[in-house]
Amino acid sequence: MNGDVAAAEGAIAAGCRFFAGYPITPATEVTERMAERLPEVNGRYIQMEDEIGSMAAILGASAAGMKAMTSTSGPGFSLMMENIGLGAMMEIPCVVIDVQRGGPSTGLPTLVAQQDMMQARWGSHGDYALVAYCPNSPQEMFNLAIQAFNTAEKYRIPTLVMADESIGHMTEKVMIPEQGAIHLVGRKKPTVPPEQYVPFRPDADLIPPMALAGEGYSVRMTGLTHDEYGRPAINLDAQTQLVPRLAEKIHKHASEIIKYEELHMDDADVVVVAYGITSRCVRRSVELARKDGVKAGLFRLITAWPFPEKKVKELASQVKAFVVPEINLGQMVLEVERAVAGRVPVRSVTYHGGGMPSPELTYDTVMEVAK
Amino acid sequence: MSAPFVDKLEGLEDLHPADKWLRTDMLPHIWCPGCGLGIVLNAYIKAVEKAQIPREKRVVVSGIGCSGRAAGYLNQDSYHTTHGRSIAFATGIKIARPDLNVAVISGDGDLFAIGGNHFIHAARRNMDLKVICVNNFNYGMTGGQGGPTTPIGAKTTTTPYGGFEHPFNLPWLAATCGAVYVARWTTLDSRRLRDSIAEALTKKGFAFVEVISPCPIGFGRPNKIGSGLDEMKMYMDKWDLKPPNWIIQEGSNPREADITLGKPIVVGKFVDIDRPTFLDLYWKILPHKEETPLNDVEKKQVAGAKA
Repeated sequence: MNGDVAAAEGAIAAGCRFFAGYPITPATEVTERMAERLPEVNGRYIQMEDEIGSMAAILGASAAGMKAMTSTSGPGFSLMMENIGLGAMMEIPCVVIDVQRGGPSTGLPTLVAQQDMMQARWGSHGDYALVAYCPNSPQEMFNLAIQAFNTAEKYRIPTLVMADESIGHMTEKVMIPEQGAIHLVGRKKPTVPPEQYVPFRPDADLIPPMALAGEGYSVRMTGLTHDEYGRPAINLDAQTQLVPRLAEKIHKHASEIIKYEELHMDDADVVVVAYGITSRCVRRSVELARKDGVKAGLFRLITAWPFPEKKVKELASQVKAFVVPEINLGQMVLEVERAVAGRVPVRSVTYHGGGMPSPELTYDTVMEVAK
Repeated sequence: MSAPFVDKLEGLEDLHPADKWLRTDMLPHIWCPGCGLGIVLNAYIKAVEKAQIPREKRVVVSGIGCSGRAAGYLNQDSYHTTHGRSIAFATGIKIARPDLNVAVISGDGDLFAIGGNHFIHAARRNMDLKVICVNNFNYGMTGGQGGPTTPIGAKTTTTPYGGFEHPFNLPWLAATCGAVYVARWTTLDSRRLRDSIAEALTKKGFAFVEVISPCPIGFGRPNKIGSGLDEMKMYMDKWDLKPPNWIIQEGSNPREADITLGKPIVVGKFVDIDRPTFLDLYWKILPHKEETPLNDVEKKQVAGAKA
């Protein structure tokens, strides 16, 4: 199956029973699959009037207790930003799949890019932290859709799966395990009666238990800065208590959230940092460099956000250079540079999108920095 | 910090009959003296009392603006969402929990400017939502700007020479989009408003109630109207709306219900029809495998839809 379909199947395996979407290339197949499959598993599908509505509807459905997802691509992702922020503020779990295409604006609907990576981190206004995964195969679309739900439920956040057109439309074999073999995480629920429930009072893990609509808890949620009771509180104290926690609840758990994969990293002098479809293309660059006597390694980001800052910092004291190929004009390279902090050279290999860069492009840069 | 559920304040028992429906820790409210929102909130409370909808089955969703704050004052599940998105958010709640009574209370700017797209599509789908629009002809929270309902000639901070755009006729819009219940009242019709909201809450499908409401600060002041009550009087006097020109017409054509300076404001119930809801058709048309578990509410829905 292709990556988009695999993502839909992963979501269903994760217990997703609500999907709101809007057709957009190259993510439409996720929507189509959900429209077909959800009724079969007693789920609910709705095609909304736009991506703004899709995002709002999945927040509502999740607030009422259903695991909920939407999928989109660049222009729709931009429209979702407003309510991704609402999800961060109300701490409502949900999953958004962004199958990236070339931009800006309408750009290249049918052609690949990785240009939404910074938008995934900073796209909605204000300060917050989310988690974003970068699958590099249809199998990983399946696996990471499940992982994204687990993360969303555990930390009460919108979680992003930052796929790209090539992965979304790539057809490969996908192994679907028995339902019993899939590890699922549910959201933390209140253990006290309604009169003792304080909806935004976090536990030690910084995550407050979540009561749902229709459970008798008189849930009170607002997009305004609020106190622990969920009351609008437009003041410094409430902002101080709330907003740093929204980011800190992710940063505090970064080491258990962060995932990456290493290839030939044991003795690497030059580290290629890549993600998504690019990580598959540059495997060849690394192999070619190895053949020509340069100890190159591949460090593949599975989570783009939170960025594996500590790990890259560590690597910076062990290797001679970093090379960061991306199908954009240099986005995640900024994070690599930040973590490396000038200790060794970091070279960006940019490609504007619309096609795959050749492995030689990255190979050339690897050979150059190895000199 | 006081507890979130205060049915009665110590030493001040039975402050107001509506207290038990409200989150009293939120009072006093932020609305200006003379604002019509308190009357609308009270009408909703009286309506749920009349319709006997238990607290745990009631959800209210609102958008942004003065009316958006209504949700937070009600002691029930309440979601104060983003500007214009209350109907889309409420759609998610309703589909996930069809047994809940989901109301949207929001303003004319929120529902019909930034949120217009969600309104027309929810009405088209006959999504089972109860939308109460508090129409004060302006954006009050931001200080009285013109909006999609500002009458031609009316002054606001962004129409300093008088409004020059055609305003929406909300009942007609709702009716043509497919709402199964459409009514308009003013804050002077508080009992009719209560009864109408109670009807809307128990009506199956997309129900819409517009409430013409005074905004003495945002709308009254630039138009030199005076207090909230003066504003309502003005609708009757200067707009030639003295009874019997204050027309209550059950079942009148919503097309004729546009609001123009110098013409009567038509109030009443315009539409009360039946049409399958989104979920009715969902259960009827989409396949459901026998082995998938349905809860009791869903079983009833499916049975009803197939019948």
